[in-house]
Amino acid sequence: MEQSLAQVPAIAAPGSLSKAVRRLEGVVIPIAALLAGLLAFSLFLLVVGKSPIDFYQLIYKAGFGTSFSWQNTLSRAAPLLLAALCVALPARLGLVIIGGEGAIVLGGVATGAIASLLVNVPALLAIPMMMIAGAIAGALWIGAVGAMRHYRGVNETIASLLMAYIAIAIMNQLVEGPLRDPASLNKPSTLPLAEHLRIGSLPGMDVHWGLAAGIIACVFSWILIEKTSWGFAARIAGGNVRAAQIQGLPVGILIVGFTALGGAFGGLAGMFEVSAVQGTANASIAAGFGYTGILVAFLARQNPLAIIPVAILLGGIEASSGLIQRRMDLPDATVLVMQGFIFLAILISETFYGQFRIFNPDRWRS
Amino acid sequence: MGGDIGLWGVPLAILGGAIRVSTPFLFVSLGECLTERSGRINLGLEGTLVFGAMSAYAVAYETGSPWMGVLAAMIAGSAFGLLHGWICSLPKVNDIAIGIALMLFGMGLAFFFGKSFIQPVAPDLPAINFGFWSDYTQVQAALKVNILFLIGIAASLGLWWMFRNTKIGLIIRVVGDSTDAARAMGLRPNLVRLLSTAAGGALAGVGGAYLSLYYPGSWNEGISSGQGLMAVALVIFARWNPIYCFWAALLFGGAGALGPALQSVGVTQGYYLFYAAPYVLTLAVMILTSSASKTMTGAPAELSITK
Repeated sequence: MEQSLAQVPAIAAPGSLSKAVRRLEGVVIPIAALLAGLLAFSLFLLVVGKSPIDFYQLIYKAGFGTSFSWQNTLSRAAPLLLAALCVALPARLGLVIIGGEGAIVLGGVATGAIASLLVNVPALLAIPMMMIAGAIAGALWIGAVGAMRHYRGVNETIASLLMAYIAIAIMNQLVEGPLRDPASLNKPSTLPLAEHLRIGSLPGMDVHWGLAAGIIACVFSWILIEKTSWGFAARIAGGNVRAAQIQGLPVGILIVGFTALGGAFGGLAGMFEVSAVQGTANASIAAGFGYTGILVAFLARQNPLAIIPVAILLGGIEASSGLIQRRMDLPDATVLVMQGFIFLAILISETFYGQFRIFNPDRWRS
Repeated sequence: MGGDIGLWGVPLAILGGAIRVSTPFLFVSLGECLTERSGRINLGLEGTLVFGAMSAYAVAYETGSPWMGVLAAMIAGSAFGLLHGWICSLPKVNDIAIGIALMLFGMGLAFFFGKSFIQPVAPDLPAINFGFWSDYTQVQAALKVNILFLIGIAASLGLWWMFRNTKIGLIIRVVGDSTDAARAMGLRPNLVRLLSTAAGGALAGVGGAYLSLYYPGSWNEGISSGQGLMAVALVIFARWNPIYCFWAALLFGGAGALGPALQSVGVTQGYYLFYAAPYVLTLAVMILTSSASKTMTGAPAELSITK
């Protein structure tokens, strides 16, 4: 007995170190997977006869090299932050939502529609109303997916993507019909937003307020998930629905609430795209941010704080797409291929958790 | 001759459209049915469909033979299936997430390699004209049936027979219903699932070949808008039965033909909403046939989507 007690300190590392080492695993493995994905993509580039070194240099230059490129990167990261939350929040409950694009599109259309009614309303009042309209549109859309899941057992992954296609059809119908600005000939759009309703830049840089909103949303989501009883209840329900129900947790409210909140963030992304970038709602808001957001969320392992750096990284990659096309004569889908390699590498890396002794202090000396 | 048949043109166009549009649904759903019967779900068939369409078009253009294109799509599809099956056989990997990743990866690769094939014209797959007896051009158009549609019918009958009457069918079903029972029988569940996923991918590739080589009959980046994913939902509706897959595919094809059929008689109001009919139908079918409390009849017990 005494002997085994004496051995304990020798085997186990001190509590805080042990915790830090375990946490390190969640950082080292995704970064290694990211590098492995980039390595595999480099081989792909070599096979098609292009230089990976040129490629990564261009990404650095166009995405992160100058203050101008940083501003471009951060502008693209803004919708990705919000779109990724649309995946990460439901993921807490074990739901895989891939239709964030639908929330973005409808949030954008709702913004364009309500903005045309608010021409004479001061910005201080009108812009919050636009934000609420966008968020509600997205929340209803993805919340409905959560409700279908809980009350009818409908698979949320397929349902959410179908809902995204339906949302795009609704947008096309609205901007071609009732919401169409007669002046928009080749590209049907809603009426352009009044000048005072267009959201400007953050002080001191050429990046719109969507970035600040996205970062606040990520921090808020992290606190919700990690520090509140709601987040704790969601984690239990995500682990085992029946156990949560026996505990008396309101599983239905949790599922609908978390999906709706994720959808609200998606809708907000659409709102910022319309009010800060496009200035009108049209087919350009279905630019695929919802799909890149899936990758961001998985790369961040569904952790809202980790979403921030990952969204900036992928924002930079997307920002460099144009320069890569021009300089290296590669198709615009090159970035999609690269994202595919990274996505696969990240998912494959799931198999390595708990496999390495170095991250498991209990096994260090045994 | 081709007289005017007025509004009769709508149901006729829907019937013809159902036959034309259903073929990719049929092949993808048969592929997914085979994969899911072995206890694994492949959500990535949308990517396989798009890559199959691109590779079929490219090879048909280069060789001048549409059938070489179909073969290329099958090979590409089974390669995607093998990749999916291999990654899913690793411990702790989520098959739904892998499907999403492979969907995006397949589409990215197809757009990457397909860029240079958007302009040229590749040879079409042959079709048989079952409407030769009619003077109406609409009837002739509706009953012009592609050979792949007939092959699809044969494949659904063949799969149905295989699951019921052959040793291979029994092995796939055992693996799909209980990994432990399969192991106890000395089977290798991961190998069976790998091969089922590869074969399923090959079938989905044929669906893609139909898209680019017959209807709509050209390659572009918007060639598939979710047919691959709808086909996955369709398998649940069809209760994992290949014969039901055929009828479900026909129904979905009809829904997909609704928009163009109405447009052909001059109804342009709400065009985009009719265009969304297949998605709404899929969703409605999923809501009606799923259940929050009961497991679904006919579902392979090892399937993560129904567990």
